Amino acid sequence: MYTQAMDTAPKDERKAVRSVEEAELDRRFDAKIDAGDFIEAKDWMPDHYRKTLLRQISQHAHSEIVGMLPEGNWITRAPTLKRKAILLAKVQDEGGHGLYLYAAAETLGTSRDQMIDALHSGKAKYSSIFNYPTLTWADIGTIGWLVDGAAIMNQVPICRCSYAPYARAMIRVCREESFHQRQGFDSLLVMMQQGTAAQKAMVQDAVNRWWWPCLMMFGPPDDQSPNSAQGMRWGIKRVSNDTLRQKFVDAAAEQAKVLGVTLPDLALKWNPERGHHDFGPIDWAEFWSVVGGDGPCNRDRLATRVKAWDDGAWVREAALAHSRNQHTEQEAA
Amino acid sequence: MNSNTVIKPAANEWPLWEVFVRSKSGLDHKHCGSLHAADPQMAIQLARDVYTRRQEGVSVWVVRSDQIVASDPGDKDMYFDPMEDKVYRHPTFYKLPSEVDHM
Repeated sequence: MYTQAMDTAPKDERKAVRSVEEAELDRRFDAKIDAGDFIEAKDWMPDHYRKTLLRQISQHAHSEIVGMLPEGNWITRAPTLKRKAILLAKVQDEGGHGLYLYAAAETLGTSRDQMIDALHSGKAKYSSIFNYPTLTWADIGTIGWLVDGAAIMNQVPICRCSYAPYARAMIRVCREESFHQRQGFDSLLVMMQQGTAAQKAMVQDAVNRWWWPCLMMFGPPDDQSPNSAQGMRWGIKRVSNDTLRQKFVDAAAEQAKVLGVTLPDLALKWNPERGHHDFGPIDWAEFWSVVGGDGPCNRDRLATRVKAWDDGAWVREAALAHSRNQHTEQEAA
Repeated sequence: MNSNTVIKPAANEWPLWEVFVRSKSGLDHKHCGSLHAADPQMAIQLARDVYTRRQEGVSVWVVRSDQIVASDPGDKDMYFDPMEDKVYRHPTFYKLPSEVDHM
């Protein structure tokens, strides 16, 4: 989903004119990438590589942090103590993932405050999926199963990203993410196997609402993703949007059978010739409208983030003042 | 920006700390990431919450990132390559008779 960053980038920010020196550095950088070497924070890198990564990693970090909101809404309303403890742990993980990723992005030379400011001013994006509402408890299980399932599909290849601090953060994220998907499926399975007719209908309704937005998480089709080639060349992106989306559809179609729900796509059918499931057309107008700020919850999500940040300002300042005071006392002693 | 620019946090930003975790007793501490915290005590607490939510460690070190001195990546070859042709520093360099080869 974080490859959405690549598709929502300004048209072409690459400098046309380069010095001879820069061209040589460029050449050496490309050779390093071709050899499968990792790039570390202090290594020379093309400006465009730095900007592309910064955009992608910070957008990824923002997504984790904003992603806490739709689920956080349900912590106080979880049906049992067990589910509440699980949800708390999951939301805490999302916060942790955001922190790993902000730290990775900071190594590229942008401060945490600058990134947060970019999010709050609307300059930076986060994944489109978090602009959809969580209407019922079944949405929480569905997010785990489908949204986190799609995220894992997207994130596993990033563990091999050429930029090492990002790759290291992603290895940590992926290790934890598997719990998220499994707890979601488990929660839905309980409702489908032991629930009332109303609870089963609630699960089906949640799946109906989340399915298409999940397919959009992989970003636009390959032929409409002009920046993908450069991302592939640099080892930032390893697998194309459509390939990942297909892999997700194939996996989810089988899982849906086990769960006993139908996926809301009449065209979804196994194609023995392709060895994959065929599926219906995605409403890209909806995708671009959500990315553009007009999804069901865009304004609400951002307003909640900004309020939390502003309300916490005095705590951040007080902690800093306290630490400065301790310093002064130590020096005086 | 070029690669030699030192990243300075904004004046009102909590400083950056590097986190090292000992995964179990007997092993060494290993770098695992960084975080922002206002003071050492808070850095230790946050390191616990951010990096050891699943018992990944039994001990945590934190150190201010601006206190770390590192070798220059530009000097990598000059620094480390001189060891490349000193294979005699490795035990495998010495072919011994099989009777004593396990030494």
